[in-house]
Amino acid sequence: MNLQNILSEIEKKDPEVLQKLDTRRNAMKDFARVSGKVAIASIPFALGSMFKKAYGSPTSPSDIVIDTLNFALTLEYIEANFYVKAVASGIIPTGQALTDITLIRDHENAHVAFLTAAITAAGGTPVSFKAADFDFTAHGNFPTVFSDYGLLLAVAQTFEDTGVRAYKGQAGNLISNNDYLTAALQIHSVEARHAAHIRSMRYTNGSLVPAGVVVKPWITLNQSGIDSPAVQPSYNGEETVSQANVPITGIGGNAFITAEAASEAFDEPLDKEAILGIVTPFFA
Amino acid sequence: MQTNESPNNVVQLTESMKTGFSRRKFLGIVGASSILLATAASCKKHPHDDDDSVDLGSGDPGILNYAYALEQLEAAFYIQVVTSPYAGMTMSEMSYLSDVRNHEVAHREFFKAALGSAAIRGLTPNFSTINFADRTSVLGTAKAFEDLGVTAYNGAGKLLVNVDYLTLAGKIVSVEARHAATIRDMINPGTFADSTALDMNALDGARTPNEVLAIAGMYIKEKINASHLPTS
Repeated sequence: MNLQNILSEIEKKDPEVLQKLDTRRNAMKDFARVSGKVAIASIPFALGSMFKKAYGSPTSPSDIVIDTLNFALTLEYIEANFYVKAVASGIIPTGQALTDITLIRDHENAHVAFLTAAITAAGGTPVSFKAADFDFTAHGNFPTVFSDYGLLLAVAQTFEDTGVRAYKGQAGNLISNNDYLTAALQIHSVEARHAAHIRSMRYTNGSLVPAGVVVKPWITLNQSGIDSPAVQPSYNGEETVSQANVPITGIGGNAFITAEAASEAFDEPLDKEAILGIVTPFFA
Repeated sequence: MQTNESPNNVVQLTESMKTGFSRRKFLGIVGASSILLATAASCKKHPHDDDDSVDLGSGDPGILNYAYALEQLEAAFYIQVVTSPYAGMTMSEMSYLSDVRNHEVAHREFFKAALGSAAIRGLTPNFSTINFADRTSVLGTAKAFEDLGVTAYNGAGKLLVNVDYLTLAGKIVSVEARHAATIRDMINPGTFADSTALDMNALDGARTPNEVLAIAGMYIKEKINASHLPTS
């Protein structure tokens, strides 16, 4: 991972990023102080907090809306580019599986187009990414992502479940604008449909599913259902069994609402910093 | 959810609205937990209720009651589905439908507890058009309910003022969408997000409460009065 390159890329999209970061030198210094010579796995978190400095506190309500839509657009670009390469990889079995993943690809491309138009209409400048901006091996974490179908599905599931959490975490930032809030919700539920379907595909495929774990369309506790610690940040917190101070386990005297069921019944949000920490390794 | 503090909050809420003080600002100041109590107490009585009709109320509690009504309907449906399985229900189908039942009951009981005394009463389902012995009838109804639930929450988000309620609705709607996708795939593999659910921009639907209740109301004996709900 080359931070200078990342900053240069972002600067192309957002000429003011360095002002937002104070200066490049200070950004690098902050980054170096936080990350030091730590393992690659920690770098996303350091980067995440750096991005939060740049994008965390927009001032006006319209800035908040546009920043939030651009954040969503960035995530859609990641997904769209992932599925474009997935469909082109040739490793997805032809028939229903290829049909389904092609449909999801088309949805993500449509979301990119929709959000780009929405941001432009709102008077903002939409971010834009190209295929070369991404590295879906996550810098070597998933080297066979486009040659191992089971891994491809596992990464797809993680993107979808993460996307659901990301939109949910941003809903509050759009509450001032009914149209954009509704549109974001309308994308959010589509990501959840995708997540459920990819999870069903993984149940059938069985690859990378840890022993004793059943992958369901919904998220049980904080189980990723994926035999890789790298994806765990996308699932931490999903084990929540209390909502608005109301304990859900066994609620209403219903013993069948176990902790597992209580956690499945509510998907949990993630904030922007956590999401950036998860997706940053997928940038080249 | 009742505490001794709630009457004071009610007075504050009422006074602040009389004086035109920004409601959103007020909600931000007093915080979510006390609002839940305040709103719970403020709608303790439903003066428009009678034996045949149920008034959802107004404001955020009205929207939460609207969600509570839909969750009551879904929970009652899946309880029946799991209690009297259709002919030929596979183990896998039973497992999924039991999970969905668990989630819908959890949603129903959550709203009931969160609303406290502001909650509408228990509704009486009318499932006379559903043949619970028949897979096609049951899954077709399940699909309709889940897709309807997704569009209901998507349309209701903008009607909420309190951001914590918005997030809570978001926590539930994605689970409804997971259900919708799963039921659709049970009926016909690959239909989890097809063009009958999504528009040309690959967006899910969003319906107003009146649009939703025109459909859901067919399965509820009481008449649901949504006339006091916010419209924007």
